[in-house]
Amino acid sequence: MSLMTPEIRPSAIARVNPVAKLAVALLISCALMLSIDWVSAAVALALEAILLAWCGLNARQFWLRTAPVWIAAPFGMLTTILYGEDSGAVLWSGGWVSITEGSVALGLAIGLRVLAIGLPGIVLLATTDPTDLGDGLAQVLRLPARFVLGALAGLRLVGMFIDDWHSLALARRARGVGDGGGLRGKAARFRSLAFSLLVLSVRRGSKLATAMEARGFGSDEPRTWARESVFGRRDGLVVLIGVAIAAASITAAILAGTWHFVLA
Amino acid sequence: MRRLAGPTVTGSRVTASGWGWRHAGRARQAVSGLDLDIRPGERVLVLGPSGAGKSTLMHALAGVLGDDEDGDETGDLFVDGLRPSQARGRVGLVLQDPDSQVVLARVGDDVAFGCENLGVPRAEIWPRVSQALADVGLDLPLRHPTSALSGGQKQRLALAGVLAMRPGLVLLDEPTANLDPDGVVEVRDAVHRSVEASGATLIVIEHRVAVWQDVVDRVIVLDPAGGVLADGPAGTVLSAEGERLAAAGVWIPRFPPAMPHRTEAAGDTLLSAQDLAVGRVPFARRQAVPVADGLDLDVRAGSTLAITGPNGTGKSTLALTLAGLLAPAGGRLAATSALAAGIGEAPHRWRSRDLLERIGTVFQDPEHQFLAGTVRSELLVGPRALGLGAAEQAERVDGLLTRLRLDHLADANPFTLSGGEKRRLSVATVLATRPRLLVLDEPTFGQDARTWAELVRLLAELQGTGTAVVAVTHDDLFVTALADARLTLVPGAGPATGRVVSTGPVASAGPSRPAPPVEGGTP
Repeated sequence: MSLMTPEIRPSAIARVNPVAKLAVALLISCALMLSIDWVSAAVALALEAILLAWCGLNARQFWLRTAPVWIAAPFGMLTTILYGEDSGAVLWSGGWVSITEGSVALGLAIGLRVLAIGLPGIVLLATTDPTDLGDGLAQVLRLPARFVLGALAGLRLVGMFIDDWHSLALARRARGVGDGGGLRGKAARFRSLAFSLLVLSVRRGSKLATAMEARGFGSDEPRTWARESVFGRRDGLVVLIGVAIAAASITAAILAGTWHFVLA
Repeated sequence: MRRLAGPTVTGSRVTASGWGWRHAGRARQAVSGLDLDIRPGERVLVLGPSGAGKSTLMHALAGVLGDDEDGDETGDLFVDGLRPSQARGRVGLVLQDPDSQVVLARVGDDVAFGCENLGVPRAEIWPRVSQALADVGLDLPLRHPTSALSGGQKQRLALAGVLAMRPGLVLLDEPTANLDPDGVVEVRDAVHRSVEASGATLIVIEHRVAVWQDVVDRVIVLDPAGGVLADGPAGTVLSAEGERLAAAGVWIPRFPPAMPHRTEAAGDTLLSAQDLAVGRVPFARRQAVPVADGLDLDVRAGSTLAITGPNGTGKSTLALTLAGLLAPAGGRLAATSALAAGIGEAPHRWRSRDLLERIGTVFQDPEHQFLAGTVRSELLVGPRALGLGAAEQAERVDGLLTRLRLDHLADANPFTLSGGEKRRLSVATVLATRPRLLVLDEPTFGQDARTWAELVRLLAELQGTGTAVVAVTHDDLFVTALADARLTLVPGAGPATGRVVSTGPVASAGPSRPAPPVEGGTP
């Protein structure tokens, strides 16, 4: 398995056009960023949880992939509870740390938000082949081919960075400048290594650009697409589900009286 | 039997009259006064010393040389009567570096890429893709990841991507220079079969004439001073110009480079391995995964050990381990007191600076080891890290600049050098600290005959003065010229293990040399 050619388990969500999945993730994120309150995030999260049943990930894969948000969410929640803006009754206080009803509510809202925004994004990545996403962006959303294919080809080079970094580090050791100098030496070596990697990547990139141009890329002629990206009724339905989740979370928060418009 | 006869195309005609090109910012013409007429369907090998403008011509024919901003054009160059930039799709180009030609992540998509750019209808693309993959003998599923291909396979993939565009002119710019011997034959045969089937015109640049002389029917030699030096059937041109071309670095079978004179100098054992396993630590893991194990060997002063074997058997990993850059994945690797000279016996635990006078490493890709902005400061890195005096530093650097013909480039940026110059510089940087053991990874890869001969002569001299050499190589001529012992890694039962099957004397290089002693290895 690799970044560019992930093994994607067949599932209902995997068959959905990547553009629809991207739209759902963006819709929910935007809706949840309009307000900071626990009701809207909790409703969105609950509705997303139902959809996860169709994403085709087994338990192990699910927990592995989503581990970052499960770590980030409680962390964000805890720091907000301890240090967030205080309001309402004081529940506990010690030194400059005080926990109030307000900061607990805010912390809960933040923690749930991280989950509700993070999960759809991760599921999108886990069930989507980058090439298919590129096809969708170019054919469905009509983004410029130059941008989409450039990004796809560039992303492939990222995998080589790890090998290059390793070789560069070994070469520095062989040349007598691989250690010593304490922390400052370490920082200087890191900077120089990063710069070398940049030089190497630019050179690789320009070679790749020549190879692409030699195969007719970048001309003004209209381009065809070998893989058709179809946006069908099912994909439209998925987008509507996204709209429904966003609307439900906002409505629930307004009805519950917790809606707190951040721009207001 | 696979159907090889793809639909034929009309071969393109290539004409040049008084054509020339000067890259922006350069004083010298890359190509000048070129007159050519290549008939449709002809198969042409273009030769010439480095700097004769071979690659410039190829890029121009492919229409990727750029416009007025990138250089000045003189005269005319036509493909089927069109300027190459207007003949897009008539011309396909395969370049030297396998890694930087793969565009997309899956085999089928990558081959389809050129067709898409030309606006070929979808229904027609996929039959073309299958046909092109069959023509180059790449028998893989369309969804196979391109990152899992070998160098030879990647070059055949690039060729398939070009063939699927059904070009009238196929250009190959040193397509096999970066490949091992198996990969070279793979690609050469794929080219032969596919142009035979399609009838396209073929132009190839290569240093190694032997590989291509049976495929082509015409040889054109470019003159660095401008125009064409020789032009005609392979046999005629090579017998008339062979000697001059060989002197300029082209590999001509009848004029092989001179073999170095070797002196017997085998001395103390410097490094000794018992049941050594080598491997790399994969990304985000702690434990090394062995790629080769059960290795027993001794590295002796004044002798050369060649490490050979197919790709993927861990040759480079073994070299990096012997060089003290990677920790052994198992077994024992110890430097003797003759090499360690007062510090511990495990080379991978030595400080970076302690390696400099003990073990020098020349990496396969010279660009990985360049650290400075000029050739001179590049050579100073090692002596400075050793803390040598200014006079001593200058003396060593000046000596190496002259000896490796780099003195006129002292102020050039290492990245702007030619392939041969980069290789010479990477060797020189290591020699600047006078290590007792030299470890080289594919030192002769992609080098022309002149650089090859210089490198081999230099290594033979070093050996004569007691330096030990360990070289990973696919180059049999290199082994014949230098090696006292050979360690061949072969794939084991598991997919990623290697085992020593033969070590021992190889053909003695000097005629008066006694058979060298067998070094290490399982019998």
